[in-house]
Amino acid sequence: MTELQAGQGAQPLEVPRIDARPQRYRDVLIALAAFVLLALLPMAFGSKQLLDFVIRCAAYGLFATSLNLLVGYTGLISFGHGMFFGLGAYGFGLMMQKTGVPIPVAFVATLAMTFVVAVVIGAICVRLKEIYFAFVTLAFQMLIHSTILSWQSLTGGDQGLRGGIPRPPFLGIDLSNHLHLYITSCALLVIGLFLMRQIAQSPFGYTLRMIRDNATRASFIGIDVWRAKLTIFVLAALFAATGGIIMALFVSGAYPEFAYWTISGEGIFINMLGGVTTFLGPMVGTVLLLILNDTVTRLTEYHGIVLGIVILFFAIGLRKGLMDFVVEWFAQRRGEGRG
Amino acid sequence: MDLDALASCLSSPACLVTQTTSGLIIGMLLFLVAVGLTLIFGVLKVVNFSHGAFYMFGAYFAMTAYQLTGSFALAILSGAVGTALLGLIFERAFMSRVYGRDVLMQLLVCYAFVLIFDDVVRMIWGPEFRSMGMPAAFQVPPLFIAGGVVPPYYLLLIGVALVAAAVLGLGLARSRIGKVIRAAAHNPGMVSALGINTGLIYGGVFALGGMLAGLAGALAAPVRSLTPGMGFSVLIESFIVTVIGGMGSILGALIGALLIGLIRSFGSLGFPLFTEGLMYLFMVIVLVSRPTGLFGKEVA
Repeated sequence: MTELQAGQGAQPLEVPRIDARPQRYRDVLIALAAFVLLALLPMAFGSKQLLDFVIRCAAYGLFATSLNLLVGYTGLISFGHGMFFGLGAYGFGLMMQKTGVPIPVAFVATLAMTFVVAVVIGAICVRLKEIYFAFVTLAFQMLIHSTILSWQSLTGGDQGLRGGIPRPPFLGIDLSNHLHLYITSCALLVIGLFLMRQIAQSPFGYTLRMIRDNATRASFIGIDVWRAKLTIFVLAALFAATGGIIMALFVSGAYPEFAYWTISGEGIFINMLGGVTTFLGPMVGTVLLLILNDTVTRLTEYHGIVLGIVILFFAIGLRKGLMDFVVEWFAQRRGEGRG
Repeated sequence: MDLDALASCLSSPACLVTQTTSGLIIGMLLFLVAVGLTLIFGVLKVVNFSHGAFYMFGAYFAMTAYQLTGSFALAILSGAVGTALLGLIFERAFMSRVYGRDVLMQLLVCYAFVLIFDDVVRMIWGPEFRSMGMPAAFQVPPLFIAGGVVPPYYLLLIGVALVAAAVLGLGLARSRIGKVIRAAAHNPGMVSALGINTGLIYGGVFALGGMLAGLAGALAAPVRSLTPGMGFSVLIESFIVTVIGGMGSILGALIGALLIGLIRSFGSLGFPLFTEGLMYLFMVIVLVSRPTGLFGKEVA
């Protein structure tokens, strides 16, 4: 689990570089390159399915990567992270349907609402440890799901937010245009990943790893563990809500399934599939799961069996996610080459 | 929200009896599932996320046995024994490979089997709703207590659950095998060093837990409809029960199950759409005030 050992030689106690500027320049370049590549994709392959696939990857990828900030970096196994995905979708959808504010305003307002909800729920949840944290987050998720189902006058109950989400153009961007929606989703994805990467590599990010590895020790050296956990809980919620907003824009609606616990379960599964010790592991997992889902659903009606067997392969056979496996394999090979 | 309905029921003895009985039924079935879950967690330290599947298999085994033989006793028996065997195989073949590893890996193995088991049931028994029907012996007029309706089958159900609770509680507390199980929960290394096969104990406890869930499913088969995925809502509810009662506590599972049963039964009158929400709300309140549940011992 220790990223320090895997990534930076055998010096587990190495003090993280506080001056992270060179790395940040590199991250900026990678992010720009990734965005340009994604933006050029429609010119190379014009198929609508491919663009749809990338938009879905953006929504789930932001969600899964933000979940990994909790699971992989902080050791907080949240079973209710999907509630923020659902809140983002419903908050944004409702705001656009009921108020008619411009899209950027609704975007910011949805994040502000998510912030408030996440602070309240997080303050309660992060007091608990391990399995109890998992359960209380699950309970909050289901509480929100039940509220969405029962508050029919506002949310449409089990029918979901129907009638479409209005998407008035802003700043020359028209999100009802498929290509504009695609580029915007890619931009949100790249910006979101870049920001999360900066959080993970910051001194605060290393504080999180320390809490994961030894919370008692962290509190002995004067770290306010509760505050650090709450901060990352809230930050992760904001990125998950962004994923939810992309999803709401994509399907032009919001459905109770977006807030159901299975979304959280899938998020965890994506993380395990891709790997939790590398930053891009969850993105790899997202692509894998979506491809797997699409192909298996097309091939057989019993896609639970196929998916289950794949999970078993990772959990019992490989014992780690794909990116973890690849990174370790390379590290081992390098070690053998030298020694 | 319909608080008038709730208030008028609370002031009517007939309605009180009817609602309390249905709450007890929900509670007793939940107890049987939850006590297996709590037992497995207490001894193996594994959160068995696939526990709902054993409830589902119990119901389907019972239905099939009943349709083949026409004997209700055989139906219940095959539900219980079938799931016990299934639990034993599942534990030895898969769960035993992930003990002591990441909690996530254990959850993932269970999650995989939730998906697989649901599809297996769909393959064998079909995707549509099935029903076992009430056995002829219980197709008798209901009892009336203070004007409230109490079907005789409900009494059998409550009786069986109470007997199971007593046998389990006394067995664990008094019998030799119960002491060995508790010792294995406390210190498996020591128990193993004393020459006792801990693998056998783990398999046995998992089978016992699966059997209790299967028994609940078999008992529920005459009064509920059967469908692939039916185990899932039961699983979530029995999680709530174990968490409220305290993971690993049998008494806690009993109290928690009864509380949830009554909340569901009376809540459905006052808050028809938010009945499930009430359970989660209750769980949040309990966890916030007592992080380890009402009867949990360890400090979180």
